[in-house]
Amino acid sequence: MYISIIILPLISFIFVSIFGRLFGIKGAILIANIFIAITFFFSCVMFYEVNLSGVKVSIELCDWFSLGDLELKWGFLFDSLTCVMLVVITSISSLVHLYSSSYMEHDPHIIRFMSYLSLFTFFMIILVTSDNFGQLFLGWEGVGVSSYLLINFWFTRVAANQAAIKAIIVNRFGDIGILLCILTVIYLVKSLDFNIIFNLLKNLENIYITVYIFEIHALSFISFAILVGAIGKSAQMGLHTWLPDAMEGPTPVSALIHAATMVTAGVFVLIRLSPILEYSPKILIIITIIGGLTGFFAGTVGIFQNDLKRVIAYSTCSQLGYMVVSCGLSTYSVALFHLMNHAFFKALLFLSAGAVIHAVIDEQDMRKMGGLLHVLPYTFSMFVIGSLSLMGFPYTTGYYSKDVILELAYSKYTLYSIFVYWLLLLGAICTAFYSFRLLYITFISETNIGKNVFNYVHDVPQRMGIPLLLLSFGSIFVGYIFKDMFLGIGSTFLRDSIGIITQINYNSLIEAEFLFVGIKMLPIIFSILSGIFALILYTYYPEYMYFINNKYLINIYRFFNKKWYFDLIYNRIFVKVILNFGYFITFKMLDRGLIEFIGPTGIVRIIKNNENYYRNHISGYIFKYVFFIVISTIVLLGIIKYYSYFEQITFLIYIYLTLSMIKYVNIYNK
Amino acid sequence: MVYFNLYIIILFCIGMLGIFITRKNIIIILMCIELMLLAVNMNFIIYSVYLNDLLGQIFALFVLTVAAAESAIGLAILVVYYRLNGTIMTLFINSLKG
Repeated sequence: MYISIIILPLISFIFVSIFGRLFGIKGAILIANIFIAITFFFSCVMFYEVNLSGVKVSIELCDWFSLGDLELKWGFLFDSLTCVMLVVITSISSLVHLYSSSYMEHDPHIIRFMSYLSLFTFFMIILVTSDNFGQLFLGWEGVGVSSYLLINFWFTRVAANQAAIKAIIVNRFGDIGILLCILTVIYLVKSLDFNIIFNLLKNLENIYITVYIFEIHALSFISFAILVGAIGKSAQMGLHTWLPDAMEGPTPVSALIHAATMVTAGVFVLIRLSPILEYSPKILIIITIIGGLTGFFAGTVGIFQNDLKRVIAYSTCSQLGYMVVSCGLSTYSVALFHLMNHAFFKALLFLSAGAVIHAVIDEQDMRKMGGLLHVLPYTFSMFVIGSLSLMGFPYTTGYYSKDVILELAYSKYTLYSIFVYWLLLLGAICTAFYSFRLLYITFISETNIGKNVFNYVHDVPQRMGIPLLLLSFGSIFVGYIFKDMFLGIGSTFLRDSIGIITQINYNSLIEAEFLFVGIKMLPIIFSILSGIFALILYTYYPEYMYFINNKYLINIYRFFNKKWYFDLIYNRIFVKVILNFGYFITFKMLDRGLIEFIGPTGIVRIIKNNENYYRNHISGYIFKYVFFIVISTIVLLGIIKYYSYFEQITFLIYIYLTLSMIKYVNIYNK
Repeated sequence: MVYFNLYIIILFCIGMLGIFITRKNIIIILMCIELMLLAVNMNFIIYSVYLNDLLGQIFALFVLTVAAAESAIGLAILVVYYRLNGTIMTLFINSLKG
């Protein structure tokens, strides 16, 4: 059962991708769906066994490779963290499979699509179940590659190609971080096994490594590398630019990337490697601040976006900021809890957005929608549930984890955590605002859809409706059901799978619990107020939806709509410089210049210019040929004899003498 | 021993230089080849005596037979060539130039 969880998606991928033509479209869809459903069932069994019954499973299959001291095995670790992630991944993935079998019905490449989805799930499972850095890295890279394939699924579109390339290149920065982390670990510990590394951490506490002339605290360096990896994968501020562009892929892919697989990988790695992070408090502060900035930044940008999916993408970015903040505050259980909750309501939001886009015939601009409430009541209700959960409306799923994160940030009582608290609070206000803005513009306001389209708008078919329904249950109840398991005082739910200093964890949770009531109510009150503000604004001043005439307002609008000019700045500073370097220096100067001059064309030119000179030597006289044979034999013998003295002067003299003899030939020739 | 070696080397070098300095007669080239072979033979024999090993002398006998056969073939080629071209001057033999 344990191995089949890992291997079934792979088998599904191979079956569907290679033999998909034999099964036909329906057969391929059925196979992919059944395999992933079985995986989900097994994951649930595993969840019961590991998390509820408390049986940690660790499997060693066989050797992978050994390099000197370093020996790596195929090992799988099923602890509490892994099983929570497994349930999240497989449940979302199976629902997305089911959904996309209807959503992509008319696409001729649906078989390829299903196989990529399976591959994506497989790599994510590999990442989650690994018990060493090698497999972690395999899964990490595999997730990147399959995300590239999926974003670029409609490969005839230029925008999709650009987005896919952007995603994979930006992710490469994160990969460098993880790679650095792995290499440093190999250098320090000579092992990649998590168990060994975590047990040796105490000995590494005071070790410094030397880079050039700097002495760096080893564990802080590793933590920083992990942070870079997490920033890349989880789209934190700085390397977030790929995430909104990834919306070019089909909508189910966005759901899968944003809810369960790709972006949670970064947070998962932070949680998995939390014992290392705990030894470097300075890096934890950096993690917290970066998370807070991301939460705020993505929230503000989300307000001013007009693309339906892009708004939700920025909300993902902002929610990831929340998770990272709670990682930075050493409360990894909360981060995991929020990850799980977020997966449900974000998948719901994306899939409902897909339903809307499907209904209005692939139109993604919100301004060209409106009035869909009357024709898509089911989708609207799902959207409302998802949005309420996202903005942390009391007693929905999002409320239980999001508010705890805010309270934790406040109850740390340090300067940076209060700063982050206010950032996140502003982010939460923005979240509520753009959720309601999205709902209002898409569903409630007067319609902007053409008559021909509007007449044929229909609500979701059954196969798309069922995943929405299940996810909506998830977005309402999951938080309530699992709250005490994750956050309860003294809960053994997560056991030893997260950070070692659990004492701090519980203390801060208690602090957060007994916070001043006014502070605790602040996020909720502000969220509801800003939601109502959005409704009032767009009801009484509908012109703000589409037109802004004020000179100052339009500058502000532009600033946020262009995502704080992040892309522009990156293009100016990095992309252009690197592109110029690549063209003018490495390509024109080195490849086509120096190397070409010394190498192929240079030699050809030398021979061409001197061809008359060489022709003289082919005279046909036997005695001349004999002379060349003798000379070259002597040279060869000399080289063989003096090979070991290659650098000595005698050899040079010898070469000089033989060359001068050749000179003699030239004179002799004339 | 050193004198013997020197003698052999000088003999060999004379043969070798003879090959690519000769401009006139191809027979001289043949003679030079014989001279080189002789030098090699000498080498074999001297070392066989020096090292008290009979193998060198047997080898010298082989080389002598090969030399005789080679000079016979060379002279035969020479005769045929003269009949075709009417000259055996090395300076005019440059048909290898193509």
